[in-house]
Amino acid sequence: MFRKIALSTAAGAALMAGPALAIDIKLGVLNDQSGVYADLSGQGSVVAAQMAVEDFDAAGKGINVEVISADHQNKPDIASNIARQWYDQDGVDAILDVPTSSTALAVADVTAEFGKVFINSGAATSDLTRANCQPTTIHWTYDTASLANGTGKAVTEAGGDTWFFLTADYAFGHALERDTTAVVEANGGEVLGSVAHPFPGTDFSSFLLQAQASGAKVIGLANAGADTVNSIKQASEFGIVQAGQKLAGLLLFINNVHSLGAQTAQGLQMTTAFYWDMNDDTRAFSERFQAEVGAPPSMVQAGVYAGTLHYLKAVEAVGSDDAEAIVAKMKEMETDDPLFGKGYIRKDGRVIHDMYLMEVKTPEESTGEWDLLKLVSTIPGEDAFLPMEDGGCEFALAAE
Amino acid sequence: MFELLGVPPQVLMGQLLIGLINGSFYAVLSLGLAVIFGLLNIINFAHGAQYMMGAFVAWMLLNYAGIGYWPALILSPLIVGAIGIALERTMIARLYKLDHLYGLLLTFGLALIIQGIFRNYYGVSGLPYQIPGTLQGGQNLGFMFLPNYRGWVIVASLIVCFGTWFMIEKTRLGAYLRAATENPELVGAFGINVPRMITLTYGFGVGLAAFAGVLAAPIYSVNPNMGADLIIVVFAVVVIGGMGSIMGAILTGFGLGIIEGLTRVFYPEGSAVVIFVIMAIVLMIKPEGLFGKSA
Repeated sequence: MFRKIALSTAAGAALMAGPALAIDIKLGVLNDQSGVYADLSGQGSVVAAQMAVEDFDAAGKGINVEVISADHQNKPDIASNIARQWYDQDGVDAILDVPTSSTALAVADVTAEFGKVFINSGAATSDLTRANCQPTTIHWTYDTASLANGTGKAVTEAGGDTWFFLTADYAFGHALERDTTAVVEANGGEVLGSVAHPFPGTDFSSFLLQAQASGAKVIGLANAGADTVNSIKQASEFGIVQAGQKLAGLLLFINNVHSLGAQTAQGLQMTTAFYWDMNDDTRAFSERFQAEVGAPPSMVQAGVYAGTLHYLKAVEAVGSDDAEAIVAKMKEMETDDPLFGKGYIRKDGRVIHDMYLMEVKTPEESTGEWDLLKLVSTIPGEDAFLPMEDGGCEFALAAE
Repeated sequence: MFELLGVPPQVLMGQLLIGLINGSFYAVLSLGLAVIFGLLNIINFAHGAQYMMGAFVAWMLLNYAGIGYWPALILSPLIVGAIGIALERTMIARLYKLDHLYGLLLTFGLALIIQGIFRNYYGVSGLPYQIPGTLQGGQNLGFMFLPNYRGWVIVASLIVCFGTWFMIEKTRLGAYLRAATENPELVGAFGINVPRMITLTYGFGVGLAAFAGVLAAPIYSVNPNMGADLIIVVFAVVVIGGMGSIMGAILTGFGLGIIEGLTRVFYPEGSAVVIFVIMAIVLMIKPEGLFGKSA
């Protein structure tokens, strides 16, 4: 009897002790779950978003967060249809991740149309915060400009002054080629030519042969994911590296380096915003992540975690699900999380944080299956990303 | 020397050779499809998935059983062929009396299931498979550096394609098979086990796909999506060559590989599309295909 009274009192107290806030938030993780970019985003990004919700203790703060996900198959039309349905019928407040630049551009426009929030972690094109900027877009993690400023600059300064590009024939490839060309030329180099391959591709032998025929010192791979892995493997098969030309993988993820193996990939330089083995905080997160997903987080998946965390902090500060107020709060608050450290969000939506130039370890240096990269240098955020001034983002420049 | 549209002849020759290598894959795969469709009237959409399984079985043999490339060239087609036979006996054989489209839907569904299973366990990033030691390195042909392995791909495909054509067109076994396709009852009346022949032929076609998969494993990354992109192109090749013609499939496979290679030189962005453009044109002018027989 006494137990019953005690239990029901406790239950009643618990019910009444809930916080005053009761905000319902629905987050949609939209990415490639089955194609060339599935390993660096895919299900891992969904796990990252859920971990952010748990770590923020959203439930304890009175914010009910639901995380849903869908596969955009790297197709812009599918991505915009899903985004449209999510915003219109399913009550989604923010879309996360969205790798594949063409789909990201489409989703950015749909988000602006519905006045919601788009926290992009996966796509590369710098146009998301420049020519195609939107007040509702936050571009986390990285972009083509920072990749160019990292790997492009490093390779050119090291003596690679003639370049030939192997470009994925869609928005991302062309943006990366454009931004890297600018960096190469600014550092005294010359671009001898380029060839665009269909996306996604399988056989790069003819394109690599054309790159070889150009005689350029550096073959810039303006592609990503499985395309880059295959290009590098096939280049090694055709004796391109042995004959003296250097390969510059402009966008590489830890998953791709793992696919290639340290033997093939050793010496390749890459620019990244996050590496699992950087410090104690990243290691702690990566251990939890790897236990659930089976591989350490890529920078894209880390970006989903950090972006979601910052978003939820803004929701708590604003006290409602008003998208415009939340975006303003996100740009007002400094970003601070265990994965990317401190940074801030610029008026055009660009997240500024340090980028890292890393190099693939030799098989002798690598002590574990995923111990693949070593730090070469840190590029401060201010230098890594392009300035807002000549970005062509009108609403941001007008607000200055 | 002359330059064709701004492209030096060395580059052109190199591209033609690469086109020939790609054509080898198209030829072996479209041969398998042509055998299965031409002789069995099954539209085997699972062909791409079976190609992928061939590559995966080769990888598994190496990583789980320590069996290298050369035995895998024989074992993998046998294993995948056996799986194909199991599928045929349990599911596909029930659809013979129905419209072709049911077979297409069934094999398409099977392809999606198989791809999904492999993707679930192995991810999409691709698994490494080394080129066998004896075939590493390459020859400097002057106009390009030809990796030995790629040269071997051309040789192996030619042998397999010619061997299959010879077996079907020139041997008694092939004659039985062709007769069984035209008139199963009459051939059965002669005491030949027609259903068993059909099953074994399907297994053989699947084995051809797996053989192409083992050939592809060292040079294209072994990943669950490797068949999906290729199978659409291979179907186009079979349609252009003529659905029932064995020699048509082989010649068209090599020919279209070369045409695709040339497109990559002059208009690389169009290289994914050129085969379909040709297919559209051929269908308009000669619907039964270049080597097909009109109904």
